[in-house]
Amino acid sequence: MRCELSKLHVHAYIDGELDAAGAANFEQHLKTCPDCSSTVSSAGSLRTSLQQAELYERAPLGLRNKILSGLPSSAPPRKREASAIRWLALAAGLLLAALLGREIFVTTARLTEKPLAIAAVDAHLRSLQPGHLTDVESSDQHTVKPWFDGRVDFAPTVQDFAAEGFPLLGGRLDVLGGRTVAALVYGRRKHVVSVFVAKLQGSEALSGEGEMQGYHWLAWQQNGLQYCAVSDVAPADLKQLQQLLSRN
Amino acid sequence: MVEQEERKRFEECVLPHLDAAFNLARWLLRRREDAEDVTQEAMLRAYRFFGGYRAGDARAWLLQIVRNCCYTWLQKNRAGEELTDTMEETIPDEGDSPENLAIAGFDRERLASALDSLPPHFREVLVLRELEGCSYKEIAAITSRPIGTIMSSLARGRQQLKKALTQPKESEVRRAV
Repeated sequence: MRCELSKLHVHAYIDGELDAAGAANFEQHLKTCPDCSSTVSSAGSLRTSLQQAELYERAPLGLRNKILSGLPSSAPPRKREASAIRWLALAAGLLLAALLGREIFVTTARLTEKPLAIAAVDAHLRSLQPGHLTDVESSDQHTVKPWFDGRVDFAPTVQDFAAEGFPLLGGRLDVLGGRTVAALVYGRRKHVVSVFVAKLQGSEALSGEGEMQGYHWLAWQQNGLQYCAVSDVAPADLKQLQQLLSRN
Repeated sequence: MVEQEERKRFEECVLPHLDAAFNLARWLLRRREDAEDVTQEAMLRAYRFFGGYRAGDARAWLLQIVRNCCYTWLQKNRAGEELTDTMEETIPDEGDSPENLAIAGFDRERLASALDSLPPHFREVLVLRELEGCSYKEIAAITSRPIGTIMSSLARGRQQLKKALTQPKESEVRRAV
């Protein structure tokens, strides 16, 4: 005879869906019910296995840009305020924009394509998601610099420029074009700047600046390292940060 | 500009959930390439419907669209696959059988193929709960099913996943059909 509670109640308990009183009652029940405690422990080990196996599949790197360039350039329709005719007109407009716009977007994107810059802007945007900004959170360069030891095969220069208006927020590891790179995170007023640093590989050297989706990037090389700064601050601010980083 | 504001709002509210969208699509469609196409299509739809989204859980709102796109795609492209909800009323007993003790320590490939072998309505609740960390309420909103059904789907899904892990032959036979 199986415990009836073990069928559903136990899953609500495992998933933290019981209220405090319900959970406390169930925990009392668990002490005396081998059926339920066995289900709890097996569901627990299943969850651990699923989480440890890293089954979560993240979107491929280029998908975000693909989506952005595929969006129609017209505004999305406003709720149902629009009349049927406006709806039709909008739909036709969207279709036309999709047909024409797509070509134009694809062409311009291809003309200015700089894979490293695209990857850097992508990585910066990704980092803005909650919890992704820094792996090591510190304004202390003596904490951030050693953190990179053994994580990347070079020693990035890490300096706090709080006095100059670019406080160091921390660092993280990122992947650009399949390579692990160091990312230094600076604040600029209320904005965030990511500075990606990688060992220079001749064929990939990137210099110059550009804009993508409202984000600016600025790339340069120094002491055998490739730098690429990305942010939504003004290009002049990025240049100032570049000068600070190049001082040594 | 209103358009620009709307687009910016879309980029701020919806686009950050791109990984969640892709993850759900990958597990429903079982192929990354297909998931990429359908995620892109779902994002475009989300953008078009964005006028109707005001506030609230943007992730659940987006995942609902992604899920609909996935099922439409499956009906069109893999009509042979079992999509119907073969929900049984009863939930099988589970308890201290030896298989319960041997779940831990499976490698990724084994777990992924076991998960892929489940019917989609079990796969989706497991993915949303165990990988995406959604609450029952969120899963109910995403799948448009009552919470009671979510609970029994999870119970049965976990049971079937354990079975698939401990009886590899049966699950492989099912995959090959």
